[in-house]
Amino acid sequence: MRLHASLLIDYALGGAHLFSYIIRRLLITIPIIFGVTIINFLIINMAPGNPVEMMIDPNLSQEDIEARKDALGLNAPLYIQYFNWLMNLLKGDLGFSMSTFEPVTQIISERLGPTILLMGTALFIGLLIAIPLGIISATKQYSKLDYLVTGGAFMGISIPNFFLGLGLIYIVSLQLNLLPTGGMVTLGGDNGLTDRILHLILPSVVLGIGIAGKKIRYVRSSVLETLGQDYLRTARAKGLREFIVINKHGLRNALIPIITVIGLEIPLLLGGAVIIEQIFQWPGIGQLTISSIMSRDYPTLMGLNLLAAVIVVSANLLTDIVYSLVDPRIKYE
Amino acid sequence: MSLVNIKQESDTSLGQVIPIVPESTIKEESYLQMVVRRYKKHKLAVIGLFVMIVLGLMAIFAPLIAPYDPYAVNETFSAPPTPLHWLGTDQVGRDILSRLIYAARVSLMVGVGAVAISVAIGTILGLLSGYYGGKIDMVIMRLTDVFMSFPHLMLILVVVSVVGPSLTNVILVMGLLFWTGVARLVRGSVLQVKQLDYVKASIVLGLSTPRILFQHILPNVIAPILVNGTFGIAAAIIIEASLSFLGLGVQPPTASWGNMLTDAQSLTVLSSQPWVWVPPGLLIMLTVLSVNFIGDGLRDALDPKSIK
Repeated sequence: MRLHASLLIDYALGGAHLFSYIIRRLLITIPIIFGVTIINFLIINMAPGNPVEMMIDPNLSQEDIEARKDALGLNAPLYIQYFNWLMNLLKGDLGFSMSTFEPVTQIISERLGPTILLMGTALFIGLLIAIPLGIISATKQYSKLDYLVTGGAFMGISIPNFFLGLGLIYIVSLQLNLLPTGGMVTLGGDNGLTDRILHLILPSVVLGIGIAGKKIRYVRSSVLETLGQDYLRTARAKGLREFIVINKHGLRNALIPIITVIGLEIPLLLGGAVIIEQIFQWPGIGQLTISSIMSRDYPTLMGLNLLAAVIVVSANLLTDIVYSLVDPRIKYE
Repeated sequence: MSLVNIKQESDTSLGQVIPIVPESTIKEESYLQMVVRRYKKHKLAVIGLFVMIVLGLMAIFAPLIAPYDPYAVNETFSAPPTPLHWLGTDQVGRDILSRLIYAARVSLMVGVGAVAISVAIGTILGLLSGYYGGKIDMVIMRLTDVFMSFPHLMLILVVVSVVGPSLTNVILVMGLLFWTGVARLVRGSVLQVKQLDYVKASIVLGLSTPRILFQHILPNVIAPILVNGTFGIAAAIIIEASLSFLGLGVQPPTASWGNMLTDAQSLTVLSSQPWVWVPPGLLIMLTVLSVNFIGDGLRDALDPKSIK
């Protein structure tokens, strides 16, 4: 009875620790987000030639230009400009694009869907490749198959994704004529589900292979670590079949850390999306990034960079919280 | 345990030779010999090192090796490989093989340059952060968190587009942005090493802080920095290639393996002139793969925990 009570107290204390850990973790995030906005603002302000000069009619007089700059607040000191920008940001206003004159928030949100679809599919494909291969590699450690898989993982992280993308377009689309070369749907087509899936395959496979390359080694070492644990020896000592020992007792524990750190792949996916969307003409935020750079559309670029950082910060936060929930051994310090 | 400890152990045991067994059978090896012996066991790492040496020589002696001037326009353009031009010519009529050889300079320069800068910054910040702790640590670590919050490629794209694309800018920007990993690594190692008696002893002896940091602590954290730096070179080479591919890195006419692939964004070049884009792509892959293998080999060889 006493033992039971003390366990309950332990559990309650653990819960309190966990709660305070999550709160602390949230509090740390606030200055980070703040820092992100400052860095983002400073980078864009380093741009030579200001936006007004780039969009004005060369026949305008200097006074007109100055008046326009005043109107846009570009003559105010930097910290005032930052403060104004931050206030607008808090209202969800990121300004207007300098090439299409639409609100930046609107432009970005229109492009978000395709990118999420692409990144989600890529992540799924990556794990679909990495988890089985990593497990095989670990359970057959130092076998020919293990070397093959580990070598393949090295190839996956070493091949530049644009080269892989071009190579696949060349072979699969141009030579074999199996899949479309780019875009989300066939122009003038029926926009059906099959058509969309066919367009999704190549770009998400290219991104997924990069993810798989990184994850295979992670899965392998995680499984290897678990296989060496005492409780697996106990399971074997009980006389359980090797298949049950590995699949039921081993893998479940090995895969938990892998699933929980998925969030850490987000930066890689976001960066990869920029290049892959460009190659495959995928109308997401990656392609928008490149076109904004080419047209020197700094407000849009600023919004995109900020969005990317906020996504990464949130993913890290979520990863830490999920990890602390799943693994009770973690210390909240 | 650590570099210095192992060194000291082997030194002392060398000093006091106890002739129970004939000396030849218990030959003491220095730390470096042990690292080399372990590294040699990693076959792929040895091959990787060999490839990198060949590429390095190719880059250094490019003017002697390249059959043509990489900028010279020849009479045939977009020509497939011939005995005259082994890998054909590009759309302007420049010899592709010569451009490939010269471009090795760009990739290696970016890899080594960017990593040298980022490792220097990361090491200093990490040492300060770990050694002093408190407010300094807090500020440096939050700064690291902020820089780590941007996806690498995204951040560098934005910065390069603002400061203007060029070889120097690419190296500088990568060096100035990617120190976060090293800083965290060094800080972690310093936190461990700082508790050891010999560091406490140096403080008691009244040694100056820079001396403690650089002479007594740094040697113990060099192994992880070396491994991290090697993987950093691979990452920097890929990022430079990606930037140049997008037209935001090394600018033509200077050849970079990345910008040699730019033209392949058009489907006509992609489908009808594979000799233009396949060789540079393969070379990027080969280089990055070799550097990654070297990093893996170094990690195994330098890991004090593994006993082989």
